[in-house]
Amino acid sequence: MQFSEAVSTGFAFLAPWLVGAPIVGLLINLIFGKRFSEGLIGTVASLASGATFIISVLLASTVSAGHGEVIRWKLAEWIHIGSLQLDWTFRIDSLSTTMMLVVSGVGTLIHIYAIGYMHEDVRFKHEEGRFLRFFLYLNLFIAMMMILVSGDSYLMLFVGWEGVGLCSFLLIGFWYELDTLGRSSWANSNAAKKAFITNRVGDFGFLIAGFLMFWYLGNSFQFDHVFEAAKEAPAGIIVAITLFMLVGVAGKSAQIPLYIWLPDAMAGPTPVSALIHAATMVTAGVYLVTRSAELYVLVPQAQYIVAMTGAVTALFAATIAVGQYDIKKVLAYSTISQLGFMVAAVGMGAFVAGMFHLVTHAFFKALLFLSAGSVILGLERGHHHAEHAHDHGKKGKKKEEHRHSDAHGGGHGEVFDPGDMRNMGGLRKTMPVTFWLYMIGTLALAGIVPFAGFWSKDEILLDASLHYPQVYWLLTIAAFMTAFYMGRQIWMVFFGEARHEAAAHAEESKPIITIPLMVLAGLSLLGGALNLPFEGFHNLGHWLEYTLHEVESLPLDLPVAGISTVLALAAIALSWFIYGRNPLTTGQPDPLKKPLGFLFTGMENKWFVDEGYFAVIINPFKKISQFLADVIDWRFWHNWFHETVIAGTYNWVSEIALTRYADQRGIDRAANGLGEITQWLSATVRKVQNGFVRSYALSVLLGVVLILGYLILK
Amino acid sequence: MVPINYYIILSAILFTIGALGVLIRRNALIIFMSVELMLNAANLAMVAFSSVLKSFSGQIFVFFVIAVAAAEVAVGLALIVEIFKSKRSIDVDQMNSMKG
Repeated sequence: MQFSEAVSTGFAFLAPWLVGAPIVGLLINLIFGKRFSEGLIGTVASLASGATFIISVLLASTVSAGHGEVIRWKLAEWIHIGSLQLDWTFRIDSLSTTMMLVVSGVGTLIHIYAIGYMHEDVRFKHEEGRFLRFFLYLNLFIAMMMILVSGDSYLMLFVGWEGVGLCSFLLIGFWYELDTLGRSSWANSNAAKKAFITNRVGDFGFLIAGFLMFWYLGNSFQFDHVFEAAKEAPAGIIVAITLFMLVGVAGKSAQIPLYIWLPDAMAGPTPVSALIHAATMVTAGVYLVTRSAELYVLVPQAQYIVAMTGAVTALFAATIAVGQYDIKKVLAYSTISQLGFMVAAVGMGAFVAGMFHLVTHAFFKALLFLSAGSVILGLERGHHHAEHAHDHGKKGKKKEEHRHSDAHGGGHGEVFDPGDMRNMGGLRKTMPVTFWLYMIGTLALAGIVPFAGFWSKDEILLDASLHYPQVYWLLTIAAFMTAFYMGRQIWMVFFGEARHEAAAHAEESKPIITIPLMVLAGLSLLGGALNLPFEGFHNLGHWLEYTLHEVESLPLDLPVAGISTVLALAAIALSWFIYGRNPLTTGQPDPLKKPLGFLFTGMENKWFVDEGYFAVIINPFKKISQFLADVIDWRFWHNWFHETVIAGTYNWVSEIALTRYADQRGIDRAANGLGEITQWLSATVRKVQNGFVRSYALSVLLGVVLILGYLILK
Repeated sequence: MVPINYYIILSAILFTIGALGVLIRRNALIIFMSVELMLNAANLAMVAFSSVLKSFSGQIFVFFVIAVAAAEVAVGLALIVEIFKSKRSIDVDQMNSMKG
């Protein structure tokens, strides 16, 4: 690197430590973790993540000082084949630092939260050794996410992309031998597999996009080279690339038709749901589209498809969220819906709005998930208490028995689901801190002034209203439903009376859990300040302008903002009318069930999409596999081809042709014949030795005569 | 002067008689005498050639042959005597214990 460049790069030399810091944390825990206490493990992991955050801040300051100058820090050569010169280069610009700050910032808070959460979680599940493993995976995730956002080429991005997919798989299946209720089952590992396989479908699209890019756009994966080449490339190629990329985005960012893995991914521990499946990893698709902005703006047709995919997903997932009973499932569908907002935004070309929503969503959705985790822990504690009150007389029970009874729902005769909102109610009295935190998250998500979600969602809606009316209407309805299902959740969880013993005995969580939540709540409250729609406050817009070049800074549009606010308030009021005014009682069906009829059945059952996939893809696939395995492979290849044709022919040849003819008649006979000939010869010649001297003399004579005759006559 | 052919023919006749005697007779003494006859047939031929070619080599050969034959007779007769002592016969057909 040249001297003049080195001066202006400031903290750029720290770039490799974005990945290095979490890796160091991981290695320390991996090597020494067995001897560490839980607190120390968590501290090391959190410090590693915190170090990444600090490095991100320093890098952002360097970018800022350089007025958005892109910094490339080459760590190592990677692939050099012919004209392909691919290095392990970190790209530090305003877009990547934005992602880094979100990932490492939210990530660090979630690391801290996880110390408290996992401490209890591993004890409820009686498997304390897994505490360490959780933090190893978490640090690995941060490292992979950093590779994803800091890569200077699509291939390096893809390495991170796959790496976070792996971490997602490992963490969804963290309790791989249990189901979400803690019973022995393969449900969690099936959820992990579902996530992994669905993402493979998406990655297939990403790979095809990559191949096309390499082939048609200048034989390179490096962002700038690709974008440069794209300007001259035919539009059809760009459309193909961007749409195949959309398949990858749909996989990672849970868009129609590949969103199905995300709700199941809630099988992972709650910090994972917050970090990976709400705040960071799932936004990788949005980041990818934003990063590829220069490709997308070339092809409005593809942009329209991306925007519609996002908008339809936003609405579709919001309807499902209304019909869910599991506190985390509601949030999961909400995440899909919000990701739909982001994808719609970046699809419309409103990259700043999309990134803005990505940032604020990371804050409030992490807050909501973590608060939901706090609620679940509170209920588990309450359940524990209630159970102990029952078991008071028989204290001598062994732990192992206890575990057994726990795993199977104990003597209660039913399995207690601490995530089921129908088991909750009235928690605002028992868990006041969590309640207020949850309220802040909800208001931010519902888009109420002045919470962060309002500003970011409004910017998306405003952009949509200007360019894509259909998208605007879809998103507005989705926003209305968002406020409604969040209102429903608040009334069901925190208001009314406890519908289960556990909810009545629920306990507030410890400060290590609530303090990170308070930070996130503060961010959810104030995060809108990043990009207020007033002159001079488009901070994020100006920041990203360094990277994205064409950025629209829109002023506040009162009708759009007014409509969305009124709708959100109306939705919350409606949810109060249905769920808040007359709180649910134990065992009462959802009050929406009657008026909506089959519509609600559809929402409750996720519109039978999973069943549809089973009917259309998985079952035929299984049947084909079965056919291939049983008939083609076993019967045809194994039984017929291998056994009959190859082995049979071989046996026949060796038995008949080789054994009987070649061996027995050929070789054996030759060998025996040789012996026989020798015997016959010797028997014949033996007679010459008759012992009569004169016969010997005769033969001598004859010999002499013969030799002489030959000599004379020759 | 007698032509050489006559000597050769006489020699051949003597040799043939000797050879037939060896092959046909079973009495060891007769065989022995037949062998002597063959030797002398050869001697005759050599002497005849020696005289024709005016060379003494043939005659020297013959001296050697006579000397060796004398020795041979000494050994041969001793053998025959020993065979007769053990077998009470000098029939060569009875001496077939070397049969293969």
